[in-house]
Amino acid sequence: MRPISHRLVRSSIFRAALVYICLFGAAVLVPVGVIYWTAVGSLTRQIDATIEAEITGLAEQFNERGVLGLIRAIQRRTKRAREGRGLYLLTDANYAPLAGNLSRWPDVPPDEQGWITFPLENAEGEGGGINLGRARAFDLGGWYHLLVGHDVRERLFVAEEIRESLAWGIAAAIVLSLIGGVLMSRKLLGRVDVINDTSREIMAGDLGRRVPVSGRGDEFDQLAGNLNAMLDQIQRLLAGVKQVSDNIAHDLRSPLARLRSRLEVTLMEAPDPAAYREAIERSIAEADGLLKTFNALLSIAQAEAGAPRRDFDVVDLSALLGDVAELYEPLAEARGQTLTATANGRAEIRGDRDLLFQAVANLADNAVKFAPEGGQVGLALAREAGEARVTVTDDGPGIPEAARERVLERFFRLEASRSTPGSGLGLSLVAAAARLHHGKLSLEDNAPGLRVRLSIPLQPRA
Amino acid sequence: MRVLIIEDDAETARYIAKGLRESGYAVDIVTDGKEGLLQAVGEDYDVAVVDRMLPGLDGLSVVEMLRRAGKHTPILFLSALGGVEDRVAGLRGGGDDYLVKPFAFSELLARIEALLRRRGGAAVETLLREGDLEMDVLARTVRRGGQPITLQPREFALLEYLLRHAGQVVTRTMLLEQVWSYHFDPQTNVIDVHISRLRQKIDRGFDRPLLQTVRGAGYSLRATDQP
Repeated sequence: MRPISHRLVRSSIFRAALVYICLFGAAVLVPVGVIYWTAVGSLTRQIDATIEAEITGLAEQFNERGVLGLIRAIQRRTKRAREGRGLYLLTDANYAPLAGNLSRWPDVPPDEQGWITFPLENAEGEGGGINLGRARAFDLGGWYHLLVGHDVRERLFVAEEIRESLAWGIAAAIVLSLIGGVLMSRKLLGRVDVINDTSREIMAGDLGRRVPVSGRGDEFDQLAGNLNAMLDQIQRLLAGVKQVSDNIAHDLRSPLARLRSRLEVTLMEAPDPAAYREAIERSIAEADGLLKTFNALLSIAQAEAGAPRRDFDVVDLSALLGDVAELYEPLAEARGQTLTATANGRAEIRGDRDLLFQAVANLADNAVKFAPEGGQVGLALAREAGEARVTVTDDGPGIPEAARERVLERFFRLEASRSTPGSGLGLSLVAAAARLHHGKLSLEDNAPGLRVRLSIPLQPRA
Repeated sequence: MRVLIIEDDAETARYIAKGLRESGYAVDIVTDGKEGLLQAVGEDYDVAVVDRMLPGLDGLSVVEMLRRAGKHTPILFLSALGGVEDRVAGLRGGGDDYLVKPFAFSELLARIEALLRRRGGAAVETLLREGDLEMDVLARTVRRGGQPITLQPREFALLEYLLRHAGQVVTRTMLLEQVWSYHFDPQTNVIDVHISRLRQKIDRGFDRPLLQTVRGAGYSLRATDQP
């Protein structure tokens, strides 16, 4: 096993966590960006509004008192501006400074509205370095040039601070979610490991092992529960297979042993064509019986393997029931029995026609076999609750309730019926056919006799 | 009559060949698919018995190629695969009949004879006759020695099949497949009762029984006692 850190990185849970972190980061970055741009934008608008107000005031001074009034006003404001961030410059037509706190006219050309953003050279303010100014330039009748602006250092500070704190916040979120992802992956990986370990032990042959259930009722418990149910089913099926192979070994070995000893004894006796012939004919009959059993087992196995549904045809059970009744009627009559068949209309299902015929024929065969001389055998078909129900009844000895499950097992025969011919496979095949068609087989007391009901859904399941 | 056996199991092939030779057939055995195809294309056989699973070229391909080569030799498939879809695949692939292993030799013989008979009659006869028994398939009447016999529909179908294969052995399985058109394995020999009913109607009161039971094989409708 690789160390857990290796497997952690390769685990799908961890990869999912990484994807989640990326998406989460992106989701955080978008609102943070919006906040940043809004904050910086509102600061800029605030500064612009201040500048506009200053311009309005200075324009009034110029209109009322001319250039001298304007110069005085600038000088007043420059004094106050030491504490504030106001920038002023009045020059003549050749940009030679007349008043203001800027040493020279900036080289940067103004935009259409007359706004200029330029570097400040007087590093007198705190922070040093190059500060940026934002200002508006005016041409006063071609004689003077006026620049009114504001130091935007404050805005830059604020923007820088917002940027920094946002970066820290995002970094912290990513680190935290990375740690969370690792912890979550390790936790889930641990629970998956338990399931894997159990599976390995089961594969190694310990079929009795089950996946532990934590009791929290979460999806891992559901998975464990389903796996355990599947294991129970497999164990049951394996036990069934073992039972079947034991039965087959027993029920095929006896006739094979008979066959062999008959041939052996014949060989030991004095050579006599008539005796030879008789022994050979009896051996052939024995072999035929074995083949019949063998074929019946194969049919059951094929039906149980849930073989080919694509070969299913539409089968009209009423026609099929009629055919079975027609086939068995002479046999019943020979035994003085009355065989009645009743079918109410057509009942179409999708299925294996030959297998269904074999199943219903087996039921009819049993009914005729176990009904007494002069007894009653009934075949009926009804449509109820979305099912086609084939009911076969007889007035024979019936099957005790305790044995009704067991007669469906292969080779199981009631003590009372050991003397009648039969393989003990007939009802097993009917049960297998019922399962293949998603149907049910039920055995009931017909008082007297047996009532067998084969129910098959009219609408096939998808 | 010449029969070609394409079967890789030498024991099975030998035993089929022995049985067929004793029944008066000339038999060739090939144990390999390709050889079998060449043999079947090159010679004119009356019937070929082909195993589904063969080394080299499997039985289904052999028959498909044989049909493409324009050969219409009747084919009887032998197979250990007994599922419905295997049977359908065999018959669609150009086979004329399908017999699942293990089988009784009498069953094989009966089916080969049925194939030979089927090949013979191109036009379907509607007037059938065996000895003094006559059947008019269109008018749905049966007479024996001029006496009309009334039959149930299934009895009529049963007798018609027996008449079309008069003189041959037909097995119970063949009757279930051909007359009842179900492929299944009855637990009791229900067919025997139907046969004895039919026998009551066609043989009762006549010196010479037509419908005979062939032990260990099936039934045969024949006017003479000779097998």
